[in-house]
Amino acid sequence: MEEVSTEEQIVTVLKEKFGGEILSIESPYNFLTVILRPEKIISIIKFLYDEEGYQYLTTLCGVHYPDQKSIVVMYQLHNLRQNKRLRLKIALPEDKPVVPTLTTVFPAANWMERETYDFFGVTFEGHPNLIRILNVEEMIIFPMRKEYPLEDQTREDKNDQMFGR
Amino acid sequence: MEQTTNTSALTDIPVQEEKQYSYLNLGPTHPATHGIFQNVLKMDGEIIVEATPTIGYIHRAFEKLAEHRPFYQITPITDRMNYCSSPINNMGWHMTVEKLLKIEIPKRVQYIRVIIMELSRISDHIICNTIIGQDVGATTGFLYLFQYRERIYEIFEEICGARLTTNIGRIGGMERNIPDKAWDKLDQWLIDFPVAFKEFSGLLERNRIFMDRTINCGSITAEKALSYSFSGPNLRAAGVDYDVRVMNPYSSYEEFDFIVPVGTQGDTYDRFMVRQQEMHESLKIIHQALEKLKKEPSDIYHADVPEYVLPPKEDVYNDMEALIYHFKNIMGETEIPKGEVYHAVEGGNGELGFYLISDGGRKPYRLHFRRPCFIFYQAYPEMIKGSMLSDAIITMSSMNVIAGELDS
Amino acid sequence: MEKVSLNNVKVSESPEGVEGAGFFATSLEKAVGLARKNSIWPLPFATSCCGIEFMATMGSHYDLARFGSERLSFSPRQADLLMVMGTIAKKMGPILRQVYEQMAEPRWVLSVGACASSGGIFDTYSVLQGIDRIIPVDVYVPGCPPRPEQIIDGILNIQKLVESESLRRRDSKEYKAMLNSYGIE
Repeated sequence: MEEVSTEEQIVTVLKEKFGGEILSIESPYNFLTVILRPEKIISIIKFLYDEEGYQYLTTLCGVHYPDQKSIVVMYQLHNLRQNKRLRLKIALPEDKPVVPTLTTVFPAANWMERETYDFFGVTFEGHPNLIRILNVEEMIIFPMRKEYPLEDQTREDKNDQMFGR
Repeated sequence: MEQTTNTSALTDIPVQEEKQYSYLNLGPTHPATHGIFQNVLKMDGEIIVEATPTIGYIHRAFEKLAEHRPFYQITPITDRMNYCSSPINNMGWHMTVEKLLKIEIPKRVQYIRVIIMELSRISDHIICNTIIGQDVGATTGFLYLFQYRERIYEIFEEICGARLTTNIGRIGGMERNIPDKAWDKLDQWLIDFPVAFKEFSGLLERNRIFMDRTINCGSITAEKALSYSFSGPNLRAAGVDYDVRVMNPYSSYEEFDFIVPVGTQGDTYDRFMVRQQEMHESLKIIHQALEKLKKEPSDIYHADVPEYVLPPKEDVYNDMEALIYHFKNIMGETEIPKGEVYHAVEGGNGELGFYLISDGGRKPYRLHFRRPCFIFYQAYPEMIKGSMLSDAIITMSSMNVIAGELDS
Repeated sequence: MEKVSLNNVKVSESPEGVEGAGFFATSLEKAVGLARKNSIWPLPFATSCCGIEFMATMGSHYDLARFGSERLSFSPRQADLLMVMGTIAKKMGPILRQVYEQMAEPRWVLSVGACASSGGIFDTYSVLQGIDRIIPVDVYVPGCPPRPEQIIDGILNIQKLVESESLRRRDSKEYKAMLNSYGIE
């Protein structure tokens, strides 16, 4: 008879099996967030899928922190049977963000990883089709990184002085 | 001359074993695809062997745009994601920011939000179901029910001034109290719409031709749907009763009594019927909300947090405090806590999530939209493998793919 | 039952011409203009939110079909009016251009909505700031999204242009020079 995993139990289980990978655990706004080292992230997620019932991938996205020269990839999982949500974050170096793909565990991660690649340049090793999905294919920059401006700098019909850009 | 099959001259020519496939471009501009996305179909005659989707033809860079706008200016951007039911997007965004700022919303505002969200859910499902009817050849339902959709637009116009991209409500509540004319129009609509809805249901629900056309067309199993992170009516048609309003209730949904309709096979007919039943449930919820509203005082329309809610204009001109709060709000001098928050609402297509990272400034540091259409459209090539071209068209229209939500 | 008096019925203006018993002589341009303006076949190039307002315009409440646009042509070869409704991203630009080039003369373009006219609220790296960067536009309908009455007003303005167009305009030097400035032969 399986007992219901409470938040402390998940934390204990994770600390037992993958203690070395955990960098910090916090709960902003009552949402359990675990910050991990990027090396074994896929095996951690596979463990959570098989043993703890987190079998629904809610979302996957990237965040760019230029001050720390890192790109954080955020995975959000959901245990539908017991209604528990979990957020995992890994930090990758800005100049070479590489991480194995999650499509072996969740087929839903396919386009989510392509979107993260398109916006931030994170390479997902083993992805079946890692090409740009939302932007034009000829684009060479990764537009969501903080150093790139929002507006298209080659447009002539808008006066940037007037609108405080 | 004797002609046997072995010695005929024709047997000298080697027989081609390899099949020849043709490629059909179900291009970005196509009358039957509701929105612009492309599918290159590899076809063996009329049967589809493989499909390669391409999206991004309406990528408007919402996530980057949101990093350059203050919180209250992001509401019009969220409008344009799922534009068939934009009030749900607006309310979801406001609830995310209220979670970040830890604002308590009074009950009356929550009930008003529930009414507006359910009206827009009905509006979204009207589009989806009538377009399924149109795609299989029954245009009457579209023309019939769109008349009632115009009446929903009139109700939204009374409340916020706009029909489609509503920008309804503000962080902390609503921008003005709901006028009496809106309540009258809503009451009249609640009398007229069920009659027309019953006529539309009678046209299609138990129609032999419609059922033969849509049953077993584009079906998906529950396990596959969960592995592709489906949500909303598409997942419920496959048999999983995951509804964000029930699992993580927000805005007082836990006080309402409604069922979550669930299908069995996940095919087009199940998706159609799930949406039909959801419209009935939404009508029930609106009636319950109107009953609950009678017990609340009728002049509260926003939370009592002057730091984040704009004071009324008469006070700004006469009262010093209101002037200061107005100034601080617009110029971005109020304190925003740092942190990250995720909030999900049940949109017309599934779990619409907002992941907000705030660094204390007046603009978000990072805002990520969890868009249900983007996620479940990945499964489309698998759903149509082996079916015919016309079945692929109605599978797409029954999944209710909205281009604004697909590309952010 | 209401009686309709003939004082309330407004009959539209007939073109200038010589009238007699059983005949009406006018210039060919005016006759062709009158016939064309009341039978424009639009190509709805609906990309986003303005497309939903277009669906409302085609519905029975606002009814675009009474102006002659009963048959929506989705094939550019058979369409007269290209109605671009919604945001055009840079990825979509070449496709819009191809659809425009496939239309046969005489053709008109109606740009519905703020996004198609000038990029709208999306001043970003991925949105084309107005379709007049790539194709010539005849009438702009501002709004985000414009009300169906505004879209119908845009169509009425297109009708005015159609009615008053000279038969030789499409072969004239100025028209060809204008097309060349967009890079269209």
